[in-house]
Amino acid sequence: MKKMTYGEAIREGMSIRMREDKNVLVFGEDVGAFGGCFGVTAGMFQEFGEKRVRDTPISEGVIIGCAVGAAATGLKPIAELMFIDFLTVGMDQLVNQAAKMRYMFGGHISLPMVVRLPAGGGVSAAAQHSQSLEAWLTHVPGLKVVYPATPQDALGLMLSAIDDKDPVMFIEHKAMYAQKGEVKDFSPIPLGVGDIKRQGSDVTIIATGKMVHEALSAAAELEKDGISCEVLDPRTLYPLDKELIRTSLEKTHRAVIVSEENKRGGYGGEISAMISEEFFDLLDAPIARVGALNTPIPFAVCLEQYVLPNAKDVVSAVKGIL
Amino acid sequence: MKVKETNIRDLYLSMKKIRAFETTAMDVFAEGKIPGFVHLYIGEEAVATGVCSHLRDDDYITSTHRGHGHIIAKGGDLKYMMAELFGKSTGYCKGKGGSMHIADASKGILGANGIVGAGHNISVGAGLSAKYRETDQVCVCFFGDASTNQGTFHESLNLASIWKIPVVFVCENNNYGISMSQERHQAIKNVADRGAAYGIPGITVDGNDVFAVAEAAGEAVKRARSGLGPTLLECKTYRHRGHFEGDPGSYKPADEQAEWLEKDPINRLASYMKENDILTEEGIRELDAAIDSEIEAAVKFALESPEPELFRAVEDIYDDIIEEVRAR
Repeated sequence: MKKMTYGEAIREGMSIRMREDKNVLVFGEDVGAFGGCFGVTAGMFQEFGEKRVRDTPISEGVIIGCAVGAAATGLKPIAELMFIDFLTVGMDQLVNQAAKMRYMFGGHISLPMVVRLPAGGGVSAAAQHSQSLEAWLTHVPGLKVVYPATPQDALGLMLSAIDDKDPVMFIEHKAMYAQKGEVKDFSPIPLGVGDIKRQGSDVTIIATGKMVHEALSAAAELEKDGISCEVLDPRTLYPLDKELIRTSLEKTHRAVIVSEENKRGGYGGEISAMISEEFFDLLDAPIARVGALNTPIPFAVCLEQYVLPNAKDVVSAVKGIL
Repeated sequence: MKVKETNIRDLYLSMKKIRAFETTAMDVFAEGKIPGFVHLYIGEEAVATGVCSHLRDDDYITSTHRGHGHIIAKGGDLKYMMAELFGKSTGYCKGKGGSMHIADASKGILGANGIVGAGHNISVGAGLSAKYRETDQVCVCFFGDASTNQGTFHESLNLASIWKIPVVFVCENNNYGISMSQERHQAIKNVADRGAAYGIPGITVDGNDVFAVAEAAGEAVKRARSGLGPTLLECKTYRHRGHFEGDPGSYKPADEQAEWLEKDPINRLASYMKENDILTEEGIRELDAAIDSEIEAAVKFALESPEPELFRAVEDIYDDIIEEVRAR
């Protein structure tokens, strides 16, 4: 067992595979000697050298496109974008190229590539550096989408992401990089298998990324009122562990979905719709969703906190459906 | 010209094969036998042929929405190409890609592409892969003049240049981006001038002269293979047809069209072969007939091939991960 930060765990996941497989390499803006904008690749340049940990110009389109070409021809690239927001600059390469190649070419080219995407708010980075674009990514067939909430999950999921033959979008919450946690297991966590972060019997809270921690705080608060919350972390948004959600709803019959995205059109809505379509008979109450207000993320601390969802919102949502 | 006589015959075969494939595609499209869009390469055959004459099977190419010629010149199989145009299960992409998306990984063909300029970036990745694995493979990136106004062009040339990636950027300057002539869509005459901005050689050649293309491409491929990095090679050519079949191309002035028809690359090579006693009129007719029967066989194969079974629509995308991991 080892204590590690979320950022260190992501680095350890990448480093484990790089030590084993020389076809794994990392590139992105300032990932080399500088160690990455959030320090996630710190030390990797020294360990693996400039051939395998490569600084790119500020050109998001070619960073993603280069990963596509490299993955199609035998490498396993990990491309880092500084912020998920910059994905908009390279969206053709992701949506029309990476996501389509395997299917559109009849399966004879696959793309084992990972794109690392620091997401989320809470650090006063304002509207162009704070978004949660989960819905954009999960909407596109051909991509897999991972969003770890703990160091243990970050490490295990990174190993699986690198091993996967499809393009995996690895969302990291930038406000969690320094958060420490225990890492017991250094083996891959399969994509598509969620985790119960807290057992409970009255309501199922399905939360992702940093919202897992908000949900856990809310659950601790609600326990004081005698309300027992089960907190589920799907860990991967696609593939989604529907089975885990179903099993939990069989016990609790109530669902609250918590996501940091702007609520309108967010992936939380997709989970909600899936539950309505497939597990409606398990529900004793309407599904509640918690998300950010439908505005860009503001700069001022008080405004940002007002816009982003938090444990208090989760508490209200749970009470609202009990 | 330093091209050997046996190679001249191969160059002719490749160009003629592209022309025959394209005229047949034109006919079957006009007859309503194939769905979707078709963008024909007629008039530009010398570019793909001259460039690919220097490539091995394990070299890579990225192609465009006008990709049939590149794929044929790189060794693509006419049967599987034609079947793909017909949307049949035997096509290169099992009927899921169509004319604009043909790929053949076994021949290093990383796909035609429906997005103008998208191949630039992918070619840099393929070139990086070759360099990283320490092979002497190269990647050729084919693109049109209009795509050089996309950001991808600039990002890719810049990255390939600083990393000395073995890519040959081949601009097929056919003078049009859809209906917009080059003089209207950019303020420069030679796309190759843009190489200077990235510190790489920029070379302009007559793209309807297969020998000129082959000679310049040979230098560029040699440069890439030896680790010296990318070249921007511009081949001036002309698109005989409209942007797509169904576009009459009325924006192309008649005198301009007539002038370029005079410079048809295939007729030019045929005349050269006759004048230099490489092949007689009759020899050329025999080659043409052999190509025609190959095309005919490809069409027959496509027509007789079955439609894809409907469940194939959900294949080649993900594997059933959840069931798989649950069973562990």
